[in-house]
Amino acid sequence: MPNGVLILAEVVDGEVVAITNELVGAAQRLGAGPVSAMLIGAGVEGAAAKVTGVEKTYVVDDAALAQYTTDGYVAAAAAIAQQADPAIILLGQTDMGRDLAPALASKLGTAVAMDTIAMEMNDGKLHTTRPAYGGNARAVNSFSTEPAIATVRPKSQDAIEGGAAGAVEKVSADMSGVRTNVVDRQEASAAGVRLEDASVVVSGGRGLGSPENFAGIEELAKVLGGAVGCSRAVADLGWRPVAEQVGLTGKVVSPTVYIAVAISGASQHMAGCSGSKNIIAINKDADANIFKAARFGIVGDFKTVMPALIDAIKKVKDEG
Amino acid sequence: MKQVPDWDIPPASFKVDEATKKVVPPPGVAAVASQFDEIAVEAAMRIKDADNSVKVTVISLGAPTAREVIKKGLAMGADEGVLISDDSLNNLDSSAVATVLSSAIKKLGDVDLVLTGRQAVDWDQGTTGTLIAGMIDAPVVTFAKAVAVNDGKVTVERVLPDATEKVEAPLPAVVTVSNELGEPRYPKLQQIMAAGKKPLQTWAAADLGLDAPALAPKLTLESLFVPVVDTKVEIMEGDTPEEQAMALARRLKEAKLI
Repeated sequence: MPNGVLILAEVVDGEVVAITNELVGAAQRLGAGPVSAMLIGAGVEGAAAKVTGVEKTYVVDDAALAQYTTDGYVAAAAAIAQQADPAIILLGQTDMGRDLAPALASKLGTAVAMDTIAMEMNDGKLHTTRPAYGGNARAVNSFSTEPAIATVRPKSQDAIEGGAAGAVEKVSADMSGVRTNVVDRQEASAAGVRLEDASVVVSGGRGLGSPENFAGIEELAKVLGGAVGCSRAVADLGWRPVAEQVGLTGKVVSPTVYIAVAISGASQHMAGCSGSKNIIAINKDADANIFKAARFGIVGDFKTVMPALIDAIKKVKDEG
Repeated sequence: MKQVPDWDIPPASFKVDEATKKVVPPPGVAAVASQFDEIAVEAAMRIKDADNSVKVTVISLGAPTAREVIKKGLAMGADEGVLISDDSLNNLDSSAVATVLSSAIKKLGDVDLVLTGRQAVDWDQGTTGTLIAGMIDAPVVTFAKAVAVNDGKVTVERVLPDATEKVEAPLPAVVTVSNELGEPRYPKLQQIMAAGKKPLQTWAAADLGLDAPALAPKLTLESLFVPVVDTKVEIMEGDTPEEQAMALARRLKEAKLI
């Protein structure tokens, strides 16, 4: 009889990343039985002691898992799932989770719900809520097969703090079926804050008129310790790299503060930023859609508002 | 390729019928091909550009109107189309969709490479390509920004938020394509005319040997609704941009946001 919740722990440079504690928190709050973790990689066993709030951490530590491949990680995750026999498996909606979750569902012959922002147990079954149609709608799903697999959007769940580490159980997995091979990996430059991790994002739209006018966006982001984003139109015009595009066909961000400058707020864009805790809109069109989603707004021309805002924020921060 | 309601509508015109759990398309808004699927066709055409002996087939599962998105793929240069459509194939969950598509791929036979969009722009799940890979027992590489085929293997540049990877996999393989691959090509009028003469078959569930138990849902849509946005924007007043900016800076500080 499947029981409990198994979460995927993610480790970077030997440290457990934030999503892991968010998944443990979400799993504990479900009240669906004991919470355990799976830790997969090469040389990761030592990090098992840092996964807290779980009864047990299952570890597959294998040199063949030094680089992420779908084949290798799904073999490891399936071996753990067989050992742990959970009713629910939660993964982060991260690079790894969004790739691994459907592959694991396919391997285990069960269903997967992606990008969960809320979940609850109802009649003994997991119900997940996720944004659909570019964030315009919410879909609630329930599972009729076990284990129920769901990915969870980062920052959508409160993390556990502290707690004890669980027992560590090593699991071996057959790596002979790995067919994919990572022949090269280039890390993106570490300059500045990563868009997905930033607690402040300042985004500019086509209304800025030229790539040069992004200087103000960059400066405001710098003053606030945030990252720079842009709308699809801006990326299409080649004013900014595609990597900075926020939206349905770009990145989904959920910072504490999202400042949208000269962005009208089309569905395409809102799909990427509507999970932000506080949207601040700066636009000369008082009827722009972005104001409907914003908490604070300035109706005005960015050319005069942006320099004034940079000065004002510096001044207010200096006041301590 | 999947046919979806045009996704770039103003959010205010977006409506859901909660009883049927379906989106109500606003009047006059056309159904279009899902954005990433057109980019997957573009990836296929770049492979064909390099080797004209490659045959490209466009598959769509959907209503009879999905014929139009297949024609778009044919106009871009694909060789043939297959529409999978019948009433028993409406409202399938993602696992059943992948079952239908993988059955069609098996029926086509001799498929070396399956290209899909990284996600559909209606449900945004991003699972179809990977589920198909599991069902046809092929390796999968997701989020491609470049795809090349050589010597029985596919080489994919994967785009990730913090890195770019080059991944190789033996054929047959499944690759999901991201927007970083670039804009889909725009068919010329002559190509659009020619597309009408290319073969386009229609298959039903029975043609694929699929019955109701094979397509039983594993995931049930309990409800679909438009979230209530209770945000009321606070517009910063002031006679000058400096006053407006200072008002905002002070409010951000009060709210402990800076």
